[in-house]
Amino acid sequence: MRLLPYGDRGLLVELADTAAAVSAAAALRTDTAVAELVADVVPGARTVLLVARPGVSVDRLRTVVPDEKHLLGAGNGAFGQGLPGPEVIIPVVYDGPDLAAVAELTGLSAEEVVAAHTATSWQVAFGGFAPGFAYLVGGDPRLRVPRRDQPRTTVPAGSVGLAGEFSGVYPRASPGGWQLIGRTDAVLWDIERDPPALLAAGITVRFEASER
Amino acid sequence: MSALLVRAVGGPVLVQDAGRPGHAAIGVGSAGAADRASYTLGGRLVGNEPGAAALEVVLGGLEVEADGHVTVCVTGAPAPLEVEGRPEPSGAVLTLRPGQRLRLGTPASGLRSYLSVRGGLELPPLLGSRARDTLAGLGPEPVRVGAVLPVGTRAPGEVLVDAVPPSRYDAVPVVRVVRGPRDDWAADPDALVARTWRVGGASDRVGLRLEGDPLGVVPGKGELPSEGALRGAVQLPPDGHPVVFGPDHPVTGGYPVIAVVVDADTDRLAQLRPGEELRFRWV
Repeated sequence: MRLLPYGDRGLLVELADTAAAVSAAAALRTDTAVAELVADVVPGARTVLLVARPGVSVDRLRTVVPDEKHLLGAGNGAFGQGLPGPEVIIPVVYDGPDLAAVAELTGLSAEEVVAAHTATSWQVAFGGFAPGFAYLVGGDPRLRVPRRDQPRTTVPAGSVGLAGEFSGVYPRASPGGWQLIGRTDAVLWDIERDPPALLAAGITVRFEASER
Repeated sequence: MSALLVRAVGGPVLVQDAGRPGHAAIGVGSAGAADRASYTLGGRLVGNEPGAAALEVVLGGLEVEADGHVTVCVTGAPAPLEVEGRPEPSGAVLTLRPGQRLRLGTPASGLRSYLSVRGGLELPPLLGSRARDTLAGLGPEPVRVGAVLPVGTRAPGEVLVDAVPPSRYDAVPVVRVVRGPRDDWAADPDALVARTWRVGGASDRVGLRLEGDPLGVVPGKGELPSEGALRGAVQLPPDGHPVVFGPDHPVTGGYPVIAVVVDADTDRLAQLRPGEELRFRWV
């Protein structure tokens, strides 16, 4: 674990991998000493960015970050071990335009891609692409595929995609480069709802194959 | 309840406040006033509670009509003011009578003026804020001609000051930057502070796109896994032209951040026009 300064208000906690980053983000978010000093905790793929409240120095922030052992050993997150957090079921029609390409890239049949995508529970690692978009991790490692060479200019809302170690659902129509394997009617973002985001940190996601 | 009726719009006009920090985990950024110091000053001058919503006006051109008695103040870029065609000092606290019109001319320097209204603009909040996030498309829609902006009634402070001296912006500002966290991705990070940069035309609240002699990128580093970002972060895309993140920056980004502008200096960045120059210095 490394602590890197990020200007005069940020401290970037760098970890070994996404699993460690998820655990560290959960631990940092619930640490009362940290919470007193930060305006936001921004999880990334290998990092957690702590944003200091106005008037709090990075040096002061640094003093309250627990060491790696405490951060990762707090028992609040190693994934794949069944988090106590809530589970959200997302029904998916697996007819995405890249399903055949994903099958070819992974050496699986289309049916095996669907089986692998629905077999494991996924966890929210971090957000950031759009409101309500969650980068999900914890999937079958055979599903790791690169982004498309040519991003699409429009990906419809509800598209379910894969990229690298991540899976995710597009909350709204937007450009996108992920490999699309299906679609869902689940509403990922609704400003009339409280909270507006369906998926938040600590939530476990299961995809279920649906006929329509 | 009184209101402001929007009669004319020049450059973009957005509702902004102190922003909505704390929601990065669901992909929602902070947004909020680009020049926080000018926004905060305006709110204080009209006696508002902290965080009251105001208008952020790019390069003047806004005309509003008062529905009821409305007390206002313009801070930030010093837009010349006219009430019913009569000049008023920029930075003055003015009370508009019902039917009176206030017009903001083009500021002599700077980019963004803040029209603060006593009581704040009473629009529906989202996640505790009325700030427009232009990247995410959240918060009140950009203000258009014909819009009716309701004015709130909560203003705990007294109006104690008639006017403040208008802001002035120096020609080529030197903003302070902290090195890192990913300065090892730049072939020569010191070139950032050695060169003079020009603000590109595609700059907006998401980021200032800097033009000039591009920075060298260390080859063969691959792709940086997405990590959290902040306003003031200086991102280095593969083409070597730095982007300095503004208030509507993406919550996480994939290009290396080689330096981060000191928080207090990011307000000055918000007043830079396309074509203007700036320099950086390490702290």
